[in-house]
Amino acid sequence: MTNTRVSIWFFIGVLLTVYGVLITGAGVYGLAHPPAVKLAGLHAGLWWGLLLVAIGAVYTYASLPTRRQR
Amino acid sequence: MSPVPFAIATPVAGTDRLLSLSPIDLVIIVIYFIMVLAIGFYLKRFASTGESFFMAGRQITAWVAGLSFISANLSSLETMGWSAMAYQYGMLGAHAYLIGAIPAIVFLAIVMMPFYYISRTHSVPGYLQLRYGEGARSVAGISFAFMTVMVSGASMFAMAKILNLLLGWNIHVSIWAASLTVAIYVTLGGLLSAVFNEVLQFFLIWLGTLLIPILGLIDAGGWTNMLAKVQAHAAVIHPTVQHADFTSLWRNLGSFDSNPMGIDWFGMVFGLGLAVSFGYWCTDFLQVQRVIVAKDLRSAQNGTLIGAVLKMAVPIIVTLPGLLGLAVLLNPDGSPMVLVAESDARARITHHTFNDVLPLLMGRYLGPGLLGLGVTGMIAGFMSGMAGNVSAFATVWTYDVYKPLLKKLGSDAHYVKMGRWSSIVGVLVSIAAAYALLWFSNILEFLQVLVFFFIVPLFGTVILGMLWKRATPAGGFWGFVTAILVSMGMWGFVHTFPDGYRPQPKVTLSAGAVVTLEKTDGHLTRLTVEQGTLETVNVPIPGGGPSFVVPEGGVTLPGTVTGAATPAVQVLAPDVRVSGTNATEKFGVEGLSLTLAPGVRVTAATISSRFAPAAFNPAHTRYIARSAKAKPMAVNMYSGWWSLVVCVLVTVLVSLFTRPKPDHELTNLVMGLTPLPDPGPCPWYQNPKLWAAAIIAVLVAVNIMFW
Repeated sequence: MTNTRVSIWFFIGVLLTVYGVLITGAGVYGLAHPPAVKLAGLHAGLWWGLLLVAIGAVYTYASLPTRRQR
Repeated sequence: MSPVPFAIATPVAGTDRLLSLSPIDLVIIVIYFIMVLAIGFYLKRFASTGESFFMAGRQITAWVAGLSFISANLSSLETMGWSAMAYQYGMLGAHAYLIGAIPAIVFLAIVMMPFYYISRTHSVPGYLQLRYGEGARSVAGISFAFMTVMVSGASMFAMAKILNLLLGWNIHVSIWAASLTVAIYVTLGGLLSAVFNEVLQFFLIWLGTLLIPILGLIDAGGWTNMLAKVQAHAAVIHPTVQHADFTSLWRNLGSFDSNPMGIDWFGMVFGLGLAVSFGYWCTDFLQVQRVIVAKDLRSAQNGTLIGAVLKMAVPIIVTLPGLLGLAVLLNPDGSPMVLVAESDARARITHHTFNDVLPLLMGRYLGPGLLGLGVTGMIAGFMSGMAGNVSAFATVWTYDVYKPLLKKLGSDAHYVKMGRWSSIVGVLVSIAAAYALLWFSNILEFLQVLVFFFIVPLFGTVILGMLWKRATPAGGFWGFVTAILVSMGMWGFVHTFPDGYRPQPKVTLSAGAVVTLEKTDGHLTRLTVEQGTLETVNVPIPGGGPSFVVPEGGVTLPGTVTGAATPAVQVLAPDVRVSGTNATEKFGVEGLSLTLAPGVRVTAATISSRFAPAAFNPAHTRYIARSAKAKPMAVNMYSGWWSLVVCVLVTVLVSLFTRPKPDHELTNLVMGLTPLPDPGPCPWYQNPKLWAAAIIAVLVAVNIMFW
């Protein structure tokens, strides 16, 4: 979006990174204390958390306000 | 009718809630609220003029327009509602996308968008004013304003109810907390704020929900195994449509009984595909507003097409969970778990409902953190759905009702102020609507009812106006109004029961009643109430008055009642004690006769009503939906089709006898009189027609794949 200095993608990137870190953390904790859900052995939380961090980092970096101004 | 064994003792999970959140889940939810408010405050400085508050400055890029276009609609009503539909109607649920949304969105992008865009209208009612004059605009503006607040109220209520059921949160706190947050950020940032949050919500809904189909398919043992389980379990779960095919898109539409919806291909293609979907996607201002604010015509068209591509993927997180619900949700004893309609007497007492299918799967697969993300996606969906409705309401109210009818000459700043205040009023009215909307059996069916009241006639009027320059102001107005009245009439007609509607006979045992259960092979065969009180509805009792105590010798209530719409007597026991033990038990059973021991107190009622909004009269649906077997969805689709037919016929007839507008007043509004601006050189990969063709090709392939 051209008329706002900080673009929407930056907000999304930041939010997803934060969520990714939290969920990865919960996933690591879950390695020692498996949650009471089906298929807990797949450690879905860990993998999904890492995926979120990756997506979030890409969006954050690509839309950094300082980077856009250049 | 023999007792129906599967209805016995389907326990609702031990505690009263479906999901329990860990601290990390709560942190994730709180972060979302902080983020949303921060965005609202950040965007306030960009929303000071009318153009920027109502139209986001017409500066939006194709990607943002497309994402927001899709997520304005991909609310939680949609994810929960359409997964409930898939649970109820099987794979046919995917037709909302495959014959419904996608063709309509492509049509919007290619055929209709140029007229909306070039006329520089700020709303769909605004277009009607340019094309037909004040009359049509006022009807559309007022009905639209009414509809948006109702829908947003429904969405808020649904959210509060769901959070209450899932997490045990207080309904009133949820409604007010979420609504006030929405009120704050929409009032501050206007449409831009709503659009930002919709894009954010798109990511949250997808990332929060996508794990469910992935893990579900692993759990069910792959696609083929899942379909086999769906078909096997559906016969038990939906006994009224035992022979219906739940796992195909088109094969089962040859006749009214071979599919769970009670519809045929004609109703599906013309009712859902043409009338309801085109109405919804091409003229619902909530949707159209998202793309007419794009920065140029090509971005508006491409944004819409991006929306179509994303929409095609939505069945993965919506229809698939519904099917998985049929396949993998089992009772502790291994029998398929039966979910029931919201209007069913057993709902929430002994059984979960259709709308719970997605939350049940979330609780099944999502651990700490992930569950927080899933719930956040859900809350985000409700809130951004409300924000979209409120910002559309503010625009239509300010520009199409307030400005022309109440205050013609105001300053731009005055209208922005009006926009901010009407956002707040919109939120308050939706809260009021939320509390009033309890009796519709399925959240989405309510939405459908409103869609065919207003949206389908609106589509007929707009499309004739765009494509046929002979359509006159009088024709447009009367076509529109007649079609609205006809669709309301049809709704009244299918819910009217000249001979009186008698709800399914029911017996409810009060808390603390003592019962004896006799089981054979694990199935309940005989039920005796030893002491306590019970209430009956529409059960004929030999020798009993409205209120009596069972005399010496006892009384036996029949398992079925002849002459009732649904003859099996339902027995509900939400909290009873088994005789001779201290064990409490809750269960629901149908079609079993009930023995009452002397001393049991009975309150008997007979209910019969001429008009029942939650029930459909098969003798009347036969005329509307061409089959007495039609389920609610089928009736809605056919009603949509008939109201489109009425709208077109009346518009054409009245137009032929009234004076059309001269050509020079129709420039930029009607096909043939609208010169398309030269878009400048366009690289092939930005050509909307190419993408439209590609989307249609993929769509056909998907339909054939799941034929």
